Amino acid sequence: MSNTKNLGWKEIPEGGLIIEAGNAAKYETGSWRSVRPVRDEKKCTNCLICWVYCPDSSILVSDGKIKNIDYSHCKGCGICATECPVKAIEMVDEKEFNK
Amino acid sequence: MSKKITALTGNEAVAYAIKQINPDVMAAYPITPQTALVQKFSEYVADGLVDTEFITVESEHSAMSACVGAAAAGGRVMTATSANGLALMFEIVYIAASNRLPIVMSVVNRALSAPINIHCDHSDTMGARDSGWIQLYSENAQEAYDNTIQAIRIAEHMEVRLPVMVMQDGFITSHGIDCVEFIDDEKVTKFIGKYQPRYPLLDVNHPVTYGPLDLYDYYFEHKRQQAEAIKKSQKVVVEVGNEFKQISGREYGLFEEYHLSDAERAIVALSSTAGTAKQVVDELRAKGEKVGLLKLRLFRPFPYQEIIQALSHLKAIAILDRSDSFGGFGGPLFTEIRSALLESEKIPQNVNYIYGLGGRDINQVDITSIYADLENIVKKGKVEERIKYLGVRE
Ligand code: SF4
Ligand code: SF4
Repeated sequence: MSNTKNLGWKEIPEGGLIIEAGNAAKYETGSWRSVRPVRDEKKCTNCLICWVYCPDSSILVSDGKIKNIDYSHCKGCGICATECPVKAIEMVDEKEFNK
Repeated sequence: MSKKITALTGNEAVAYAIKQINPDVMAAYPITPQTALVQKFSEYVADGLVDTEFITVESEHSAMSACVGAAAAGGRVMTATSANGLALMFEIVYIAASNRLPIVMSVVNRALSAPINIHCDHSDTMGARDSGWIQLYSENAQEAYDNTIQAIRIAEHMEVRLPVMVMQDGFITSHGIDCVEFIDDEKVTKFIGKYQPRYPLLDVNHPVTYGPLDLYDYYFEHKRQQAEAIKKSQKVVVEVGNEFKQISGREYGLFEEYHLSDAERAIVALSSTAGTAKQVVDELRAKGEKVGLLKLRLFRPFPYQEIIQALSHLKAIAILDRSDSFGGFGGPLFTEIRSALLESEKIPQNVNYIYGLGGRDINQVDITSIYADLENIVKKGKVEERIKYLGVRE
């Protein structure tokens, strides 16, 4: 179900069932985040360890290089920042972006 | 065709109904006074008289869990329990209703521990009244049999899809020998029809997920759906009752009115106590007293509008609760009915009797005394003691 509009009780499958396979991407878990991973491109060696570890597939890669972080799904768990061997990812409080 | 009347207990009558229903799965754990029901049904399984997969489990928590799994897989599923067994399955009782699984459970009412007691009261199922299950209470073995068959249709109705509990009074009904008229197998099979699972897990071409995480953004909407589904089930209970009359000749509605329409004083009661009260009504009516009875069959959903219509003409009502709601303002049935009556333009005098806990007998003398109390209330025009404990030693 799309997160663009929260649906009413008459519009959703009964009993909280997920009746469509492979739709996890439609649920935007980014709203859960209180701290945001911010990558320093200069420090990053593109080792892709963060891509392997991210539980939400939120590290976006193309051509073997980190392109971006998908903030509509990143929950801000901080695993990427912890695992990065060169400390290229910093977790920044969300309120810094809402000023 | 002549009627075939069989003499047997309430437990045996329900076991026979389950045999005729022939569910895909039955998962149950024995507990007094339900034991004989499950034992009888397991004999049918052992004798090859049903196709049911009978799952023996290590506890009621597992029994209801197995039922939820089997129902989600797409099976027609039944179980049975009593008292502490129902309490032990409580977590999964809510999950069955919330997952909208049309499981039918026979509950033989028994007091909850402690102190340990194996006899009848309604504290077990009244504790589950907010669990989202439809609740049907039966006066005798015949009603327990009939309600079990109807419960399948109610639960599986596409606009309902909720589990149903069918109650009978422990020992009084479950172990008392009663006259029961069975319906022919073919008629039962035709009446319940073939089960149509809605989102079966075993349909691998349409994969579904049961029980995912549901937070503040959608949980409330799912609860709102559930509220609507159980509300809708009231209409279905009536429709199924009408259809059932065609195959059985027996009438089932939301409740039974016994000499109620011209009565001035009435008792409201559930299950076997209503049978005793009918006898008293007959005796008092023979003396010219305007007394009546409302025997509630459907407690969840609570048919408040129809109850108001049936009761508002009375001068005084005694509401009988075979369970207490400790610390509440009266028993569960009383609070529902008194609250419903506030919607009425005319509110009869009303009083609550909590009685029969742990199987304490209620007899005709007790019920006669209640009608006499009501007469005093009518004369005085007021209720002196709202919540009374009937039959307890001071
Ligand atoms: S914070 Fe967690 S969810 Fe977000 S990108 Fe890093 S590992 Fe993935
Ligand atoms: S783990 Fe660190 S260095 Fe490796 S790709 Fe991710 S951000 Fe870059």
